[in-house]
Amino acid sequence: MAWFSACSIPAVPLFLQVLGRFNRARAAQLTLPHYLCQTPLFMPVGTQGTIKGLTKNQLEEIGCQIILGNTYHLALRPTSELIDELGGLHKFMNWPRALLTDSGGFQMVSLLHLADITEKGVTFQSPVDGKPMLLTPEESIQIQNRIGADIIMALDDVVRTTITGPRIEEAMYRTLRWIDRCIAAHKRPNEQNLFGIVQGGLDPVLRDICVRGLVERNLPGYAIGGLAGGEDKDSFWRVVAQCTAALPEDKPRYVMGVGYPLDIVVCSALGADMYDCVYPTRTARFGTALVPEGVLKLKHQAMANDIRPIDPMCECMVCKNYTRAYIHCLVTKDAMGSQLLSYHNLYYMMKLSRDLHSSIVEGRFPEFVCKFLQTMFPKGDVPEWVCNAMEVAGIDISSCCHEMKV
Amino acid sequence: MKFAVNKGWSNGRARSGVLQLGSCPFPIQTPALLLTTRKGLPAFISPDLLTSSLPSPDSHLLQFSPLHFLEGISPKTISNIGGLHQMLSLHQHIFAAVPRDSIIALPEHDSTNKYGASFQTPGGRLLIKPAEYVELVSSMKPDFWVTLADEVPAWVSDKRNRTSVDRTLRWLDDCLSLNKTGTTIFGSIVGGSSIEERHRCAQEVAQRNVSGYWIGGFGLGESMDERAALLTAVTDNLPEDMPRHVSGLGLPEEVLQGVAAGIDLFDSTYVYHLTLGGFALTFPLERNKGDNADYQLSDSGGDDMKINLKATIYRKDTSPIVESCNCFTCQNHTKAYLNHLFNVHEMLAQTLLEIHNTHQYLGFFCSIRKAIEEGKFEQFRRNFVESRRECLFAAASSD
Repeated sequence: MAWFSACSIPAVPLFLQVLGRFNRARAAQLTLPHYLCQTPLFMPVGTQGTIKGLTKNQLEEIGCQIILGNTYHLALRPTSELIDELGGLHKFMNWPRALLTDSGGFQMVSLLHLADITEKGVTFQSPVDGKPMLLTPEESIQIQNRIGADIIMALDDVVRTTITGPRIEEAMYRTLRWIDRCIAAHKRPNEQNLFGIVQGGLDPVLRDICVRGLVERNLPGYAIGGLAGGEDKDSFWRVVAQCTAALPEDKPRYVMGVGYPLDIVVCSALGADMYDCVYPTRTARFGTALVPEGVLKLKHQAMANDIRPIDPMCECMVCKNYTRAYIHCLVTKDAMGSQLLSYHNLYYMMKLSRDLHSSIVEGRFPEFVCKFLQTMFPKGDVPEWVCNAMEVAGIDISSCCHEMKV
Repeated sequence: MKFAVNKGWSNGRARSGVLQLGSCPFPIQTPALLLTTRKGLPAFISPDLLTSSLPSPDSHLLQFSPLHFLEGISPKTISNIGGLHQMLSLHQHIFAAVPRDSIIALPEHDSTNKYGASFQTPGGRLLIKPAEYVELVSSMKPDFWVTLADEVPAWVSDKRNRTSVDRTLRWLDDCLSLNKTGTTIFGSIVGGSSIEERHRCAQEVAQRNVSGYWIGGFGLGESMDERAALLTAVTDNLPEDMPRHVSGLGLPEEVLQGVAAGIDLFDSTYVYHLTLGGFALTFPLERNKGDNADYQLSDSGGDDMKINLKATIYRKDTSPIVESCNCFTCQNHTKAYLNHLFNVHEMLAQTLLEIHNTHQYLGFFCSIRKAIEEGKFEQFRRNFVESRRECLFAAASSD
């Protein structure tokens, strides 16, 4: 099992200790100011200081370790100044574990169609009164300093991977210039960890420049950004693989916006540690449950008479007590339906995180991956991109795949 | 089912009692509140929180309308699962089946006819016949159920009102004869706003072989003043040692009125409506303060019995809703956080608030029981109503 070093408690606000490996995959203990986490881990998104109807006790029971808060939304309501005045977001929400805030930039660009990016920052129209506003790297960090999360994200110039051309290169270099401004503006480096975000689209040359630029700044952690935006899966995993190979071993790697359980397993095999996505809670609101085989759509008429639990192997409160039929009659009509599904879906993601961690630590990661893929693809039709990624990760999944098409 | 009235306190018609029903291992003290549910679960409080965050056994009484299930799940499937307790995984809770639900199954007296009772539901208008109703109820196996009734509002003609009583009695007999499984049945009593019809219906139902009485037709437009006489016209004609359950008396003053007339069980949508509106109950009653026989309400700063958590004055208020409240919400969260959750329309706001409001309202019922047991119910009621009037008067004159 893991051997913990007997050194004293680190004075830095982040400490990563790798407890086990399989090739590129790692299982680690991530010490943050508010919580001792185990990676790989999934971070649910608590947009506005809460996760869709679940109480802090339920989140603790489910095993959530770090929750993500959206800076854009919190800055609007209740404002970062108010959160600061009341003692920070942890105290405001009464969440005793770790928090991460994003920079606010991505939301602006995706939510506000009149947002524009210049060297100064992100200009946008205030959604409250339509006035022109500007989010600079400095301002983003100040807001995040006030909110007080354990991990804060640099403001980056993020472009969708579906875009091509010189814009990508411009965004990558600007991200590097902005990281220096973020570092300079960061007033609480002993309590909050500023992560840099690797940009560069799907271009390996650009990505490489960005990684090296960020690593030079010796940040507490690194995120791989600009993915999970519609690019093809084959490009997606290659960018992740390239970045994880080049990023330092002793710092956490966070793939932003990921995602589907399959994507998380692949990225973990390639050496990533942290993930976030709205998918589990969002899909719950549409009546969809996450199961080892993939998804289960509770709205379907077939569910109306199905008296099995959502997942017979799942140990969560929902699966231990309720049938698909009952949840089916709730999901379209009563809020309780999506609440129960959110609970189950988050439990599923946290269980996946725990399984990834323990299987790596206990030296049975390849077996875990194979079982995962066999359950999800019982006919052996594992997607090609997964096969390619696993080859690079050095994991033999031939037992899960039928003969590859020539 | 076992029910016994505690004797020995001169409180007029108000009485305290003890109810013991199959599923719940703990006896329930009455007068008691039945929590409203949607398909058996509270609107916002998830089942794990139901058992962990609300007082026991007070919170074990749940009311539901069988009609609410019709649109989503068949009686056969409910039977296959094993009935309501199994389906909801609430084995120690008491489920009361009442066709009428003040939120999702409102009686439509215009469409009710000799074949069945009509209700307005979110899925449209529904006509249900006694046989269908009994089939539905037997698949669910609630702890007790109320017979199908023809409820009419206060302003219908005498003829329509008389018809409603005749129909309700006939359907009661139908339900009794169709009831093969020997479950616990409460006979329905209607009669609108006619003292004579109320009297007649009560006397008739009292002769049937039922385990308790459900009094309907209230909360449908009658005034509080005329209601008192109608209630006593019913309760005076019912045997003393059987439980009386009323629907539609939701507000605290209405509950007190019902208790004064001899009612034991109340289902109320007060908590649900307060919660939806962002209102938090703040009337902690000093029942734990020892021997203070003076049932003055302690309030939080001279205000009304509830606060509007959406109000901007709470934006930075880091105190709990009620300092002395033991509920999960007050022990863990501040008014500032709740204010924020309401402003950004997050569901957690309603979950937390429903927990608190349910706690408070159950506390109110606890105080009622204590007042009855100490022989001081009338004084309690008077103090409550008067201090409400003072608050309203003060609020009105401060404008």
